[in-house]
Amino acid sequence: MELAPLLQYLISGLTNGAIYALIALGFVIIYHATTIINFAQGEMVMLGALCAISIYHLYPSLPLAFLGGVVLVTVVGIVFERLALRPVKDPSPITLIIITVGGAVFIKGVAMLLWGKEAYNLPSFSGDAPFHMGTATILPQNLWVLGLTAVVLLGMEAFFRFTLVGKAMRACAYNPRAARLVGISLSRMVQLSFALSAALGAGAGILIAPLTLGVYDMGTMLGLKGFCAAILGGLGSSFGGVLGGLILGVAESLATGLISSGYRDAVAFFILLLVLFIRPQGLFKGDS
Amino acid sequence: MNSRKLLNPWTLFGAAVLLAAGVLDNDYYLTLINFIGIHTLLVVGLNLLMGYGGQISLGHAAFFGLGSYTSAILTATYGINPWLALIAGLVVCGVTAFLIGVPALKLRGYYLAMATLGFGIIIYIVFTEAQTWTGGPSGLAGIPNLSVFGFKLDTPKRLYLLIWPVLGVILAISANLVDSRTGRALRALHEGENAAQSLGVDTSRLKLLIFIWSALYASLAGSFYAHTLNFIAPASFGFMFSIKLVTMVVLGGMASIWGSLLGAAVLTVLPEMLTVFHDYEVIIFGAILMVVMIFLPRGLVRGIMDLWAFRRYKKEGKIIA
Amino acid sequence: MRRTVILCGLVAALAGLMLLGWGCSKPAPNEPLVIGGIFSITGPASYLGEPERNSMEMVIAETTGKGGVNWRPLKAVIYDDEGDVTKARLHAEKLIQKDKAVAIIGPSLTHTSMAVLEVTQKAKLPLISCAAGSAITAPAKDRVWVFKTPQTDQMAVARIYQYLQKQGLKKVAILTVSTGFGVAGKEQLLAQASKFGLTVVAQEVFGEKDTDMTPQLTKIRGTDAQAVICWGTGPAPALVAKNMKQLAMTIPLIQSHGAASKKFIELAGDAGEGIIMPAGKLTIWNQLPDNDPQKAVCKEYATKYTAKFKAPESSFGGYAYDAMNMLLKALQKSEGNPSKIRDELEKIQKFVGVSGIFNMSPEDHNGLTPEAFVMVKISNGQFKMID
Repeated sequence: MELAPLLQYLISGLTNGAIYALIALGFVIIYHATTIINFAQGEMVMLGALCAISIYHLYPSLPLAFLGGVVLVTVVGIVFERLALRPVKDPSPITLIIITVGGAVFIKGVAMLLWGKEAYNLPSFSGDAPFHMGTATILPQNLWVLGLTAVVLLGMEAFFRFTLVGKAMRACAYNPRAARLVGISLSRMVQLSFALSAALGAGAGILIAPLTLGVYDMGTMLGLKGFCAAILGGLGSSFGGVLGGLILGVAESLATGLISSGYRDAVAFFILLLVLFIRPQGLFKGDS
Repeated sequence: MNSRKLLNPWTLFGAAVLLAAGVLDNDYYLTLINFIGIHTLLVVGLNLLMGYGGQISLGHAAFFGLGSYTSAILTATYGINPWLALIAGLVVCGVTAFLIGVPALKLRGYYLAMATLGFGIIIYIVFTEAQTWTGGPSGLAGIPNLSVFGFKLDTPKRLYLLIWPVLGVILAISANLVDSRTGRALRALHEGENAAQSLGVDTSRLKLLIFIWSALYASLAGSFYAHTLNFIAPASFGFMFSIKLVTMVVLGGMASIWGSLLGAAVLTVLPEMLTVFHDYEVIIFGAILMVVMIFLPRGLVRGIMDLWAFRRYKKEGKIIA
Repeated sequence: MRRTVILCGLVAALAGLMLLGWGCSKPAPNEPLVIGGIFSITGPASYLGEPERNSMEMVIAETTGKGGVNWRPLKAVIYDDEGDVTKARLHAEKLIQKDKAVAIIGPSLTHTSMAVLEVTQKAKLPLISCAAGSAITAPAKDRVWVFKTPQTDQMAVARIYQYLQKQGLKKVAILTVSTGFGVAGKEQLLAQASKFGLTVVAQEVFGEKDTDMTPQLTKIRGTDAQAVICWGTGPAPALVAKNMKQLAMTIPLIQSHGAASKKFIELAGDAGEGIIMPAGKLTIWNQLPDNDPQKAVCKEYATKYTAKFKAPESSFGGYAYDAMNMLLKALQKSEGNPSKIRDELEKIQKFVGVSGIFNMSPEDHNGLTPEAFVMVKISNGQFKMID
């Protein structure tokens, strides 16, 4: 086995894995506050990418596009929670699954009407010239993704561990009744978690748009992969989610390079099934 | 109660099937009705799982596909008798459902949903990639027709005469299942797993049973589908089709056998009749899922009837059954 | 009990509603001839179906404006299959049974065409498919009632290999998408390689919605391939171009005709420069020499289409345009009799269309040759004819 391609597989896997990790963190936030799994999370990623692209076409400034995209999608996240989840009288898992899946399909359909079925380009944040690391190469945009993942991860850990709001949010998932007794507004916490995760999803979408192009149906697969990463990491843990994402990315890349490219997408879901069946609490112990 | 009256749903169903057989002579409508039958078969199975088992499968299209491809490959490639192939499909689906269900159903909440979702996507990829068997994404052609005692079922009318009576039997079996001891245990399960367990119900065995049962219905539907179309391609068995099936269940009403028929019929016929549907189809499916689950969790018909009953109750000041 | 009865009533009412639609009258002789169309107008393949529908409607409107075929008006009944085989099949039944179409144009995709031809063959109705797969019309002996207008993968591959042979290349790597289009391309790429003295040193695939092909390309980079041939449609081929640039690969990238659109140039951006691909002559019609018989036809189609729909013309619409025009020719001698239409279609010779020059025969229901393609190169964001 030559070493040269192996390094490239690893780099490709890590950069792709960072994308999954960012999306996984969105699942983790909502799960932290509500123990809900939001199947519409992938669509927030897509909305982020497409909103930013549209803003960029109106006024070509990347920071503005980034901010605008994140703000718009955060609003969508809040509205989604307010209209589709809060009125639910019987919040059993099956009901919530159906509603969030319905939400995902609905958002995707609306995006198809708004943006059409075409793919769109967004320029890279700092050029397209790849960095060379030996024989392997990496794009500046990939570094942005890796960097943001690290920043978000640390920020989230700090938020949930050290801030009052973060602790209150975790309390809601842990024991909603007790949380309410100590004066935490459950509905506000849920709303906040949806807003945060939508913002995070949108940020991820904008960041990867220069790499993957933006198209109305990009969210489903990315969402599901991010979801696999979250499960892999044990759902409740942000470190676990990031590690899960990176492992997933590297596994896919290695499987493509060394085994067969045809079953690449199956790798993620195969790992998902294995983890569910053998270690449903995730590869790493969740922090609770 | 008065189920022996002539106006019971079963006699109505039988009469409607017979009447349609006598009157209908247009292949287009018959094909459409056959697809309604096939979809109903799928939806009834999924409904048993969702409405009675309290579990959701987001990869039901995979079982539909497994049944379809088993029938198609065995008959088109190996020339095996279609009925034997159909039975082989049932075996394949039953065993697969068992293998997926045993570990997944031990867990609670979201886990079966996730496992079926992952499973559905893997199976879809296998249909696309295993080109030597499945013909790959451009599909598998040359699937022969079913025949009964040497009588070839090669027209929509003849297929109709197979699919709908079989569907009647399946509906009856399902209704019986629901009314049986198992059915009551299932309902207890839906109300709450702990409660059911304390009543002495072996919940994980029961959930597994119902999961396999629904996979078998899907397999049967898949075999019929393959022999109706004489051609299958992986695109019919993707994630979106699984979601469509869930939508049919939700629209018709969970835990309602006849609701399944209604849900399948409405969502098969409407897109066919309303051209407006096309670009909005995905949005409409999404909206149905959300709106019905939020406002009419018992399904469209029951929900509306509940609202109506509630209004009358308010007006007359008494309860109506 | 009351509820189930109401429910049953609803089901019965629905059945009744469907019965109402049943029982349509037979067409009188002076009624318009119905031409059916089934395209993927919405859904993932709408980029094919939409221009196809537009082109078909354009020809029908024009013919009706001129008084129809032999003074008999034409009527188009067009359905949208959304790329779904079940729907395509239902629409075919509807066109045959309810609309009494004399011929059907479409569907847009290989798998939907395969599902539809089962019923049109049985009903003995001519079908002119707008999908690329060669299995649709081959073997023509079994597909008596089926024709198709797009160039096949076989021709695109032959054209690419001819070009590579001229360049003196010997080893290629192929990277194909996991859809009907990609699989058919892969089969042809593998089958024809030896005929042109080429060896396929790596064969990789990618998913239609994949967003990163660097692992596959890394593997290819590790071989001694002298060129990469990518076979796909939609945004993925553009990503392949970007990924190759990222990996600093310098060997030429050759795309299939599935990437021969302005959208591809836009998506690939800088990474698109220098990419070579086969394309229908419509793509570069203004660069054709004046003695090329297709130039006039392409020009006419492109001008009419852009004027009418305020959108750029596409080769996909050209498939339906050619199909419609050939059908008109066949209709003139057949008085709307499906069997005669079929016979006339099979006799079509030297028909100059947008997609090529058609010569039909009982052995060949496509009638095109590899010369229907030209090789183009992207330079300065434009397609340039190079061979």
